[in-house]
Order: sequence, then C-alpha cells, then structure tokens
Amino acid sequence: MNLDLILFFILALVAIGTAMGMLLSRNAVYSALFLVLNFITVAVFYLLLGAPFIAMSQITVYAGAIMVLFLFVIMLLGAESLPQAEVLPWQRPLAIGLAVILVGEAAYLLITRATTGANVPLPGEAPNTMVNLRELGMALFNQYLLPFEVTSILLLVAMVGAIVLIRKEKRVH
Amino acid sequence: MVPIDYYILLSAVLFAIGVLGVLIRRNALIIFMSVELMLNSANLAMVAFSSILKNPDGTQVFSGQIFVFFVIAVAAAEVAVGLALIVEIFKSKRSIDVDQMNSMKG
Repeated sequence: MNLDLILFFILALVAIGTAMGMLLSRNAVYSALFLVLNFITVAVFYLLLGAPFIAMSQITVYAGAIMVLFLFVIMLLGAESLPQAEVLPWQRPLAIGLAVILVGEAAYLLITRATTGANVPLPGEAPNTMVNLRELGMALFNQYLLPFEVTSILLLVAMVGAIVLIRKEKRVH
Repeated sequence: MVPIDYYILLSAVLFAIGVLGVLIRRNALIIFMSVELMLNSANLAMVAFSSILKNPDGTQVFSGQIFVFFVIAVAAAEVAVGLALIVEIFKSKRSIDVDQMNSMKG
C-alpha cells in the first residue's frame, strides 16, 4: 500500500462521489458544479498517468469552457429546479439494475482476463514519466496534421451552426 | 504503482454513472452533462492505455493522448451546438423536460 495507490483511491472516491452528486442533485447548478469537480479530478488522473498537456487542456476546455457554457444556459433558462412530474415507477430500478450489470460485466472481464489469457498481456503498471511535450507537438503537426486541420474546420462549423440556430428568423414580406 | 486495471475499472464505473444519468434524469441539461461524463470516462481509459504503450525501441506511444485531444475538441463543438438546440427548444416549449418533447410522436 504505497503512496500512489492511496492517492489513486482517494481521487477515485472523489471522482465517483462527484459523479453521483451530479446524478442525484435536484438543482441543475449543483450538478454542473459537481461535474466541474469531476473534470478537475480526472485532470489530476491525467497528470498521474503522465499526460500533462491533456490535463491542462481538460481543465481549460472541459472545466473552463464547456461547463461555463452549461452554467450560462442553466442560468438563461432558469432551469435550476424542474418541477416533479410522474415517472414510470419501474423505470428507475430497471435503469439502476442495468447500470449495475454494466459495471459487473466490466469488472468480470478485468478480473478474469489473466486466467483466460485471451487478450494481449498488459505489463500492469502505470509509469511515472511525463510525456515529452515537444514530441507530442511534433506528432500532432506532422503525423496528425489532417485531423488537426479538420478539427479546426469542425470548430468553425460548430460556431456558425450555433449562431445560425439562435438567430431570429427574418420575415420575408 | 497502480495497476492499469484500476484505471479501466474506474472508467467503467464513471461510464455506468453517465448511462444512469441519461436513463433516469428528465432534465435535458443533466442528460447532456451525463453524456459529457461518458465521453470523459472514455478519455480516461484512452490516456490510461496510452501510458503503458511503448514502441519497440522503448519510446512512449502517445496516440491515445492525441486522440483524447481531438475528442475534447469535438466534445466542445458538440456542446456548443447541443446547447444552442436546447435553448431553441426552450423558446418554443418553455420547458426542457424531455418527457414533454413529444411533438413528433405518432
């Protein structure tokens, strides 16, 4: 039980706790703030896995831009609390049962992987070294240049699309 | 050292919580946030695998991290358009309860 494992378990507990908090919270603003905390926890996981660039872009883009967008829309629509309406009574237990089956399946695959030997054997350790940022940048701009440029076009299209959706329709007389 | 299995199990649990959110909640914004949680859990799994993958000569392979970079960018674009759609729906229906978005039924 070394420090890495203790740190991992504490962070995993925070990640799962904030995810459940986002799920169960009645107030949409609380849910958004729980999700911000979850994203920051996942960013710390990225740092533990040796991906500092991804960790910083997670904090900047996900927690800093996407969640702020969410909070804007929540405040704009006044959607802090949704009035309770009738739900199908069997829906909730069925959903929880299905989610438990999903996690059970994943856990079963992970636990029995070593005995069947059907998959590629993993070293089983996560390293401590950070990725060389310069090499990442070189790969991004040499090998992955096409996806990079296509992503920039995608962002432009998303911007134009969002503005077109919001614009008032002009009445043609 | 932390075995990679723990990271994958954590990713699976977060994914299941996201699935629960999409299935249980009726607020369209919470559903959207659960989808983002699912994307995030997949990102975590990809970065975890990328951290143990090595070239034959010992250098790190970081295709997983580059893929996660693009996933984050695409998720940002998707959130922008999706939230614009939700605002538009709210303008006409005055509600973001997904149970009431049944105008195209039947």
